[in-house]
Amino acid sequence: MSNIPANLKYASSHEWLRADGDGVYTVGITEHAQELLGDMVFVELPEVGDTVSQGDDCAVAESVKAASDIYAPVSGEVVAVNDALSDSPELVNSSPYEDGWMFKIKIADEAELSALLDAAGYQGVIDEA
Amino acid sequence: MAQKTVLHASHLAAGAKMVDFFGWEMPINYGSQIEEHHAVRQDAGMFDVSHMTIVDLTGANTRNFLRFLVANDVAKLTVPGKALYTGMLNEQGGVIDDLIVYFLQEDFFRLVVNSATREKDLAHISAQAKAFDVTVTERPEFAMIAVQGPNAKAKVATLLTAEQQAAVAGMKPFFGVQAGDLFIATTGYTGEDGYEIALPNEQAAALWAQLVGAGVKPCGLGARDTLRLEAGMNLYGQDMDETVSPLAANMGWTIAWEPSERNFIGRAALEQAKATGTEKLVGLVMEQKGVLRHGQRVVTPAGEGVITSGTFSPTLGFSIAMARVPAATTDTAEVDIRGKMVAVKVVKPAFVRAGKKLV
Repeated sequence: MSNIPANLKYASSHEWLRADGDGVYTVGITEHAQELLGDMVFVELPEVGDTVSQGDDCAVAESVKAASDIYAPVSGEVVAVNDALSDSPELVNSSPYEDGWMFKIKIADEAELSALLDAAGYQGVIDEA
Repeated sequence: MAQKTVLHASHLAAGAKMVDFFGWEMPINYGSQIEEHHAVRQDAGMFDVSHMTIVDLTGANTRNFLRFLVANDVAKLTVPGKALYTGMLNEQGGVIDDLIVYFLQEDFFRLVVNSATREKDLAHISAQAKAFDVTVTERPEFAMIAVQGPNAKAKVATLLTAEQQAAVAGMKPFFGVQAGDLFIATTGYTGEDGYEIALPNEQAAALWAQLVGAGVKPCGLGARDTLRLEAGMNLYGQDMDETVSPLAANMGWTIAWEPSERNFIGRAALEQAKATGTEKLVGLVMEQKGVLRHGQRVVTPAGEGVITSGTFSPTLGFSIAMARVPAATTDTAEVDIRGKMVAVKVVKPAFVRAGKKLV
């Protein structure tokens, strides 16, 4: 069973979102997603200052198995990226919800959060797959 | 229903992630494919290759049969136990399969062929064998474990009897010997030293457990693929198939043209292909971020080609690939990676062997 923390929001495309306060949200991929992808070898992140729209592909996770697009769960401005991933992409495997975070978005419209799933909803997405 | 090897329960107990591999439920990894890869390059790892097909050929005329059946020439096998890598071609000069043939006795040769091609291989071999009065016997009662890495032989040695140790002592690469219940061969698919061991199914789980105890790390098909690709070894169905000439698959060295009077299946087509020229299989190296993948388009000044196998090389730390490209391709090319053209180096298709970086 994959770990799906109850305090996070999820997109059905396997990203998680955590509220940091002041409208800033941290984004990464779920434990289930990293299990599917296998060992991560490169993570291509957006630039700080990029503007993204909900559902845009804005990062790429390359594992031994495949290249996988990462989609922005909400619209807004990228205010930080996890530079540690350029030297240590395996953090996405070993710590998907903490050290393996990918980028932070300053949200443009809080109303978009309602389109995201809670932990139970995301569990349902995995179970259906 | 997926087929299972006799080591299936051992894999599950070790936490393997299982996948379908041409009808077989096989381990893709036991946690980290990259750690398994490094274990083979630096120490010792093992693979369950029991899904591969062992075919014994017996009869007085077996050598003549094989000289007709495959493109390499078993006349080169003069010492019992010696093995040969070869393509088995169709009349059109395409590759039905690649295989290893062992010369055991004058009336007894052993083939190890791919599992994905098992049915068509057996049908082809059996049909061709009739004219030579050669008996074709599949050996599903054998499991097979490949133990590979710089410390593989030493770790296996701790589990062998004195007689078995004597039987394998000083055995050169590409030899096989029956030692008690074990058929031990100095072959592999990783570019490292080691053994491939065939043994009765009922003994396989015990040997696997003993090897774990001796410090040999279980490795899945994921690591097997990155290791063989670093070593520049072809994967049937990906780097070549029935529509591809061995000349376009870096298998020219496995074709025995001499003696010219030896007829083998596909010879006429091969001679034609050699005269008109074929594409070639090259290695690609990309030192910047990203991963080269199967199917990506390769653009060269001489024309376009395609990546047949691509991966991230754990040993080198960047991406490598094999690609089929026009014969006139020189030392640079571009690859279309998800719409972006990226410059790559063109090299011989061998990247890492015996722990040494070749690029």
